Amino acid sequence: MLFLRRSLPLIIAFAVGMIGILVYYIPHSGAQALEQELTTWYRIVAAFALLLGIYSLMRLHWNRVQRQQSGWGYSFLVFVGFVLMSIFATYNDGQGPLNPQVIDSGPFVWMFKYVQVPADATMFSILAFFIASAAYRTFRARTPEAAILLVSAIIVMIGRVPIGEAIYHALPEIAQWMMDVPNLAAKRGILLGVSLGAVATALRIIFGIERSYLGGGE
Amino acid sequence: MRYFLCCITLVFCAAQAHAQQPTGVKAEDTPNDSGGSITVVWDYPESYEKAEQIRYIISVGEFENGPFHSAKYNEANLQSTDPGTFGHGEETSQKIFARITAYVAPTDPPKRIAIENGKTYYVQVIAHLPSGESFPSAVASAEAYENFFNTLKTNNFVLGTIFSLVILGGIILAQKRDLFIRRIAGLEALDEALGRATEMGKPVLFVHGLHDMGSVSTIAAVNVLSRVAHRTAEFNTELRVANRDPVVMAVSQEVVKESYLNAGRPDAYSDDMVFMVATEQFSYAAALDGMMVRDRPATNILMGYFYAESLLLAETGASTGAIQIAGTDSYTQLPFFITTCDYTLMGEELYAASAYLSREPKLLGSLKGQDIGKAVLLIVMILGTLLATLGNQTLTHIFTAY
Repeated sequence: MLFLRRSLPLIIAFAVGMIGILVYYIPHSGAQALEQELTTWYRIVAAFALLLGIYSLMRLHWNRVQRQQSGWGYSFLVFVGFVLMSIFATYNDGQGPLNPQVIDSGPFVWMFKYVQVPADATMFSILAFFIASAAYRTFRARTPEAAILLVSAIIVMIGRVPIGEAIYHALPEIAQWMMDVPNLAAKRGILLGVSLGAVATALRIIFGIERSYLGGGE
Repeated sequence: MRYFLCCITLVFCAAQAHAQQPTGVKAEDTPNDSGGSITVVWDYPESYEKAEQIRYIISVGEFENGPFHSAKYNEANLQSTDPGTFGHGEETSQKIFARITAYVAPTDPPKRIAIENGKTYYVQVIAHLPSGESFPSAVASAEAYENFFNTLKTNNFVLGTIFSLVILGGIILAQKRDLFIRRIAGLEALDEALGRATEMGKPVLFVHGLHDMGSVSTIAAVNVLSRVAHRTAEFNTELRVANRDPVVMAVSQEVVKESYLNAGRPDAYSDDMVFMVATEQFSYAAALDGMMVRDRPATNILMGYFYAESLLLAETGASTGAIQIAGTDSYTQLPFFITTCDYTLMGEELYAASAYLSREPKLLGSLKGQDIGKAVLLIVMILGTLLATLGNQTLTHIFTAY
């Protein structure tokens, strides 16, 4: 039992991790086929996991509706949406479920285009107001870092609109320089750390040093 | 006299033909591939003007004496455009190369016959002039085969091995003596944030990023989740884990279950703690915003790779008064988390989180190795910049990715 719960996952993690590293360097068709095979396995696992996901989603919202928790009406809408989209997907604009999904007409596409996409766009547009409120909170903080952030943000924002050039002709170039030099340097610094961190994390998992994904115990 | 003029003309024509004929033609297996390709190399003409006028056609045959058939090849380029294969030397600007993958079928011209591995092919480069004249080169032969190592990635392999050894060295060193690891405020505050949720009797909301299990940031987030679940099990605090990807959800369920088991609280675990929210980005954000506003969790932990939804989540969380700890390696979203969250794990701090929280010497040793690696990279960058300024590109070439 302990072998199945502890040793086997570590052996699998080591074997698959090493394969993943080696096939990156081996262009031979055998290695590439093996990588393709592993990707196919992942897709199969993901397909089954999707069923689990749907079950989890339905269970979560069913409990809410049943207990009439606050906002349970939205949970009810999840069921309406799920059933409706399943019917439309099966109907497949008159082609039936055994044919490839029609992607340019029919009620399924209509629902996606005129319900899902505008809803997504609405959520995305809220971002503008959230950016303003987050920026206000940050700039209001009276620290040297906040002051630097405020000044650089104003230069970059004004430098990127036509009025910036009207105020001072070199403002767009200054804004671009700020993006290309200090901003890019910081970005690359973070990326270097991230890359080394990814190598370290991968090594810890492959060699079984990091076992927290097994539940955190020794 | 006539005979003499004829001879002179013939010699002159032969010399001119020789001058137009592609020279230095060599064919060999295309390196670093899975076969099915031959690389042909020949000399660049004497002048740019001449090169502009010449159109090259490559012919392939299965026998040295022909027949030869037109080959399908990617555009002929100077070797200097592919320094990974041909190096950085001056001579690469004087050589042209093309890669052949197929040739026209002799019996059915529109069809192509792919180059087979292990079979010898004979190649000829023909220079066509605007006048309509053609000048074929000498015949060269080559055999395509599958390669076992991509030499373009040699620098990556060597550097990866060195950094891996440094990190493993750090792990071994940590087992022998105590190492100093810099304080990470976000992780120091984790216990405080979980304790606050316990005191308030409110849940802790753990939000995964948008990437699937194939991303290192998601793996790191799962590792952090394991530590968080262990603490919430000990503190008897309600934990909710929101997922966008079904595989991440299944893995998270197992991880949380194991953590509760290890903490001696298997009874406190329920499958409903780890749930699927939505697979679409903004549906995910909208559903989580709703949960934050309605359920008012005391602590929000956002870990993984986020996109535009980062600010929607963190700003809503901030408006509910929750303590927020975020961790991401998505540098475009870092400013949003920094402005809206109480603590932010930046870049590699997310990867270090699990090791830092565990306080296990072996795991902490890997962090030390990581820091040494960063120091080495810094030195190399400074050195590389100095050398490049002085006109020496050696170090730049060593670290170039192909």
